[in-house]
Amino acid sequence: MWTIIEQIFPYAIIFTIPLLITALGGLFSERSGIVNIGLEGLMISGAFASALTVNFLQDKMQGSTILWIGLLVAAVVGILFSLLHAFASINLSADQVISGTAINMIAMALTVFLARNITGSGNIRITSGFTPFDVPILSKIPIIGDLLFTKTYATTWFILLVLIISAFILNKTKFGLRLKSCGEFPQAAQAAGINVVGIRYIGVMLSGALSGLGGGIIILTYAGEFTGSVSGLGFLALASLIFGQWRPLGILGATLFFGFASTIANVSQVIPELAVIPPIILKIFPYVVTLIALVIFSKSSQAPKAAGEPFDPGKR
Amino acid sequence: MRNTIVSLISIVLGLIAGGLLMLFIGASPIEGYTYLFQGALKNIARIGDTLATATPLIFTGLAVAFAFRTGLFNIGVSGQMLIGGLAATAVGLSFDFSRPILILLMILAGIIGGGLWAFIPGFLKARFNVHEVVATIMMNWIAYWTVYYIVPGYFKGEFLETESRKLAEGNTLRTPWLTEMFQGSYINLGLFFAVIAVIIVAFIINKTTLGFELKAVGFNRHAAEYAGMKVNRNIILSMLISGALAGLGGVALYTGNASSMQIGILPSQGYDGIAVALLGANSPVGVFFAALLFGILYSGTGFMNAMIEIPPELANTIIAIIIYFAATSVLIHRLLNKFRKTRSNANDVNGPVGKKGEA
Repeated sequence: MWTIIEQIFPYAIIFTIPLLITALGGLFSERSGIVNIGLEGLMISGAFASALTVNFLQDKMQGSTILWIGLLVAAVVGILFSLLHAFASINLSADQVISGTAINMIAMALTVFLARNITGSGNIRITSGFTPFDVPILSKIPIIGDLLFTKTYATTWFILLVLIISAFILNKTKFGLRLKSCGEFPQAAQAAGINVVGIRYIGVMLSGALSGLGGGIIILTYAGEFTGSVSGLGFLALASLIFGQWRPLGILGATLFFGFASTIANVSQVIPELAVIPPIILKIFPYVVTLIALVIFSKSSQAPKAAGEPFDPGKR
Repeated sequence: MRNTIVSLISIVLGLIAGGLLMLFIGASPIEGYTYLFQGALKNIARIGDTLATATPLIFTGLAVAFAFRTGLFNIGVSGQMLIGGLAATAVGLSFDFSRPILILLMILAGIIGGGLWAFIPGFLKARFNVHEVVATIMMNWIAYWTVYYIVPGYFKGEFLETESRKLAEGNTLRTPWLTEMFQGSYINLGLFFAVIAVIIVAFIINKTTLGFELKAVGFNRHAAEYAGMKVNRNIILSMLISGALAGLGGVALYTGNASSMQIGILPSQGYDGIAVALLGANSPVGVFFAALLFGILYSGTGFMNAMIEIPPELANTIIAIIIYFAATSVLIHRLLNKFRKTRSNANDVNGPVGKKGEA
């Protein structure tokens, strides 16, 4: 049993990280009052951008610098894409769910369209990605060292840092409190002198940047190739956001759950103890649990109260 | 009328954006669109293929539009199609009745499968106020994995692990006379069922008490409740009918246009249904024409791709951009208002000037 856990753990973490950062992006957007169902599309745009950048640079440069450049480009492209959503839902009071769906569809179609035009097959392969490493000293600690500090990626530590900073910003800074107030009661926030439109723009752009980063990390850690989809991880991130009740630590817990559930489902065939469970059960397990969790949380949902509503300054 | 204008402007803007994309990759938009429309409408066989491509889209568009009318966003049409298609395929592969009975049973199975898949989120919404968007997305993935394991497990194809067995010739929605009439196209009975569905849905929405109640719930849930309507029952019913329509779309796709099911794919027609409904302003007739347009775009891009080097994903991109413009129709409304105002202002300004000239 222990060896199974030890084997699964690093993979589960690797799988969790893109989910975590994307859900965190969704958190900024929804906490500012804009529902962002386009996380999937934003991830795809980031994945595409990072794959293209690294593919383009890998002949010209060496080392891990190009990977970080790839991630930076992914975040920037994510922001640009999210501006479409921000403009539609903030300036034009569009239905945020429909606008988000449009973002998903545009990203899915446009990236494959461009990729096919560039490579012919529509897939963009990269030759180098982040390499896992053992953290010095810490990996020697018994038990914890094996679980947490071996075979880790630099991006994992970077994202965890982003998580801590985000939690701090949300709960301890003026900006964070303003952001949350825009998601709860934007009319009151505006009366208090807060620029609701500006804050919501920042919220949506942050979701674009972080989702783009999430998509980029998928490509540069475990995928190694852009194939035109992120297999529903964006939607899973959305579920994690609700599961985690719109709180950074809650999201961490929820994404870890999904990370482990998915990894167990993926490796179940090679591990005898798990192979006895029909794979279909393991595959649908995370989604069924999400539905159950939605039912349980339905009475005490911590959802931002104004999320999804267009901001109408005259409404009382 | 106004909705039609907005939809038409969205389409034009989407096509312009598609043209710009073609320019961007160094192709000629005029040539591209010529091949696209030729590919969709050049001869009777291609017209048949276009109509067949549009058939599942009519169903999925109706499904989304119907739920929309009750204020529900059914984003789970893909999953409902899969389950409906799976149920129909299972019936078609397992039983050996005479053709009319079998087809009828397959359609019933599709309706039940799709309806059941939409009933769950509908029930969760009505009973526990679980947001239907997230619930239907989860149901999509559950459907995806269900098909992924059930098809190879029980209906494995002869050659491929990733496909179901092919339905026998007589057990699909294709009929010889239609195929002959359209010179070998894969057009099938699904189209007739789709037209019937358009008429029935239009009747339900516009002429029945049920339709009135569903729309009332969509406009204002609380007012509907105050007026004594059973809101929760209506929500479940709306999802059920929406899912049944989606299931029929699955039947048309998997047992009409195709004759086997593939695993590992959520049918894109489910998401396109959102675009179809939006463009058709959620009216059954609008959905019908929007689906035809998307059918032209999809079936034409294959030919275009063969003739000049433009990736077939152009169709998806144009559709996605159209849906974005339809979603931001406020902008178009504002522009229309502005246009109207400036025109009436222009008249006012010209008036006095004209009089001066006379004097």
